[in-house]
Amino acid sequence: MKKVYINSIASISPQKTFESASFLDDIIEYNDNVIPAFDPNYKEHIPPAAARRMAKGIKMGVVASKLAMEEAGIETVDAIITGTGMGCMIDSEKFVSAIIDNNEQYLTPTSFIQSTHNTVAGQIALGMECKAYNFTYVHSAISFESALIDAKMQLENNEANNILVGGVEELGAHTTNVHRVINHVKPEPVTISEVLNSNTEGAVFSEGANFFVVSNDKKDSSYAELLAVETYNTLQKDKLSETIKNFLEENNLKPEDLDLVVLGNNGDVDFDGYYNQLSENIFKNTKQVYYKHLVGENNTVSAFGVWLASKIIKTQQIPAIVNLNDIESAETNIVLCYNQYRGENHSLVLLKKC
Amino acid sequence: MSKGVAITGMGIISAIGNNVAENFDALINQKKGITRVDNIKTIQREEIMVGEIKFTNDELIAQLGLPPENNFSRTAMLGVIAAKEAITQAGITDIKKYKTGIVSGTSVGGMDMTEKYYYEYLTEKEPQKYIESHHAGDSTQKIAEQLGIEESFVTTISTACSSAANAIMLGARLIKSGKLDRVVVGGADCLSKFTINGFKTLMILSDTFNTPFDENRKGLNLGEAAAYLVLESDKVVKAENKKVLAYVKGYGNANDAFHQTASSDNGDGATLAMKKALKVANLNPSDIDYINAHGTATGNNDLSEGRAILRIFKNEMPEFSSTKAYTGHTLAAAGAIEAVYSVLALQENVIFPNLNFKTQMKEFNLIPQTELKKKELNTVLSNSLGFGGNCSTVIYSKEA
Repeated sequence: MKKVYINSIASISPQKTFESASFLDDIIEYNDNVIPAFDPNYKEHIPPAAARRMAKGIKMGVVASKLAMEEAGIETVDAIITGTGMGCMIDSEKFVSAIIDNNEQYLTPTSFIQSTHNTVAGQIALGMECKAYNFTYVHSAISFESALIDAKMQLENNEANNILVGGVEELGAHTTNVHRVINHVKPEPVTISEVLNSNTEGAVFSEGANFFVVSNDKKDSSYAELLAVETYNTLQKDKLSETIKNFLEENNLKPEDLDLVVLGNNGDVDFDGYYNQLSENIFKNTKQVYYKHLVGENNTVSAFGVWLASKIIKTQQIPAIVNLNDIESAETNIVLCYNQYRGENHSLVLLKKC
Repeated sequence: MSKGVAITGMGIISAIGNNVAENFDALINQKKGITRVDNIKTIQREEIMVGEIKFTNDELIAQLGLPPENNFSRTAMLGVIAAKEAITQAGITDIKKYKTGIVSGTSVGGMDMTEKYYYEYLTEKEPQKYIESHHAGDSTQKIAEQLGIEESFVTTISTACSSAANAIMLGARLIKSGKLDRVVVGGADCLSKFTINGFKTLMILSDTFNTPFDENRKGLNLGEAAAYLVLESDKVVKAENKKVLAYVKGYGNANDAFHQTASSDNGDGATLAMKKALKVANLNPSDIDYINAHGTATGNNDLSEGRAILRIFKNEMPEFSSTKAYTGHTLAAAGAIEAVYSVLALQENVIFPNLNFKTQMKEFNLIPQTELKKKELNTVLSNSLGFGGNCSTVIYSKEA
């Protein structure tokens, strides 16, 4: 079985993360409960005529994938695998509301065509003229990890050498409003420093695109080795620690072997307990970081967690803004990312310095 | 590479039957399930025909014994019915005995409820329970819950009309790689105003019975359905002395990279998908005994797919047919529906006819099988082609 490496990373998020030279050193302060992605100059990457037709999610996905390809220094890949929990919300909303508002009349196909969940993966393939394997996973908070598992299997079995994997999510105004009424969105605006201790229900909704080239070919520029990925549709709180220990054991590791854990705390008073019990128990003596105070919550934001872990491993720097505790570790070699959303769809991603 | 993955159970609900036996009966008796739409109030009613499952949502809720406060979308309910049949047929009584996951394909997901309550969600308390049923993964989560699959690998694929075929492909790879011992794979999609009007704006809906591979084809009939297969590792098959229905022998996925919705003239993507599947199966085109074509009866699909099939099979064409004239095009579920039909074909050594065909297409000399035909079948190739250029082929075989 071949080893799998993260050879490039690219992130478009509510922070200025698309410029690979910087690393969370110029933080955008928010005081809101919905935060959009900070836009790169899309025109630099997509012809204006094409960009006009694209909803934001498509643009973010296309550009993030281009940046990842550029950094990896490759022209094409053996597979394109994306994850998106909510899909193309903007075009979906456009088409549904047009159906209702006009009683099924005077409809045009554009928004329907672009509403399909695999639009981003299809557009990336079109742009690259890449006829390879092309999948899109759409399973809530583990959409990205599903894509990663698929990629990892193909690379391990040497069915592919380079795979473009990514997660993308766009905000849709109506969908966000609908989630406000069921308290999935935080009731009040919060600042970055307040998110974790907001003591309210819901999360700060957001959007973004995080793409990676994963490969079974290690380069000097590789970020990390991808040791393992696992997902769980359900997981009771009282079984979480045991599950993580078993997962680590399968990889011949113990909790104390980890140099860093990347946690998905989003400040939801009802569900952060999953993370807190880890912070206070099995990872009490482990360096912990979090990121959703900077980039909000969305179905594929855990890909940002992997971006963060990769960047920390490669640069061996941990920006102070992501610290969840004060523990210092001399070196960051082995990193575990853990995420869940509303108590379901848990994921573990294990990375190692290479 | 060439060893197949065992299929030990299957379940289906479609416009031509509520289980595997009813579907088979309709297939061999040439009873199609295409009618006017009854369960959805749409102004398009008199202009389109659909492959509709006639149970209302209330009837499905009763059938599944769901509590009144449930928030199942129709997609989820159809999915549960088919998945439960598959589990029963596979003789599984203890789902936790082996590491079991589920991979499901859907494109509509919970859109049926979203379009019904879109604005009401903002003000009405009662329908708000469906807000969380909108996302595509919800139906799969619910199927897993109903089957008792916990703490496991549960995911959803949405690659338009090839979703279920891709779910089967991933499932086979999960078994081969040892990540799971057992996996339920397939797809579910219900009818919705969203898809009815979407395909209407693309002007590819027929106003009468769809006629795959016919020169005068007028477009597709949308359908709704769900179907699932149970795939099990050799270890489980041996330990449980399982009867194997057939094998997933080969699979391939490729992207046409031509246009967001239309297929390329020469069917590059479909050609590649078939090539890859044959390679994984370690078979030559001449080894394929029957092709269950995607054959949606749109002008574009049948021409592109037909050309792709010819590129692969040249002058060694086996019998081929599309079963869409029976069921309509069930979108994300189609690959699973046709997987069940492919396995039935292998089990019963029978080729299901391509209904409604009259006139050969002028672009090539392909004539589908139009009568029910008995033939010893060892391998069936099934195509599923979708929006976003997504092309998938799965090969089913009698022998591993």
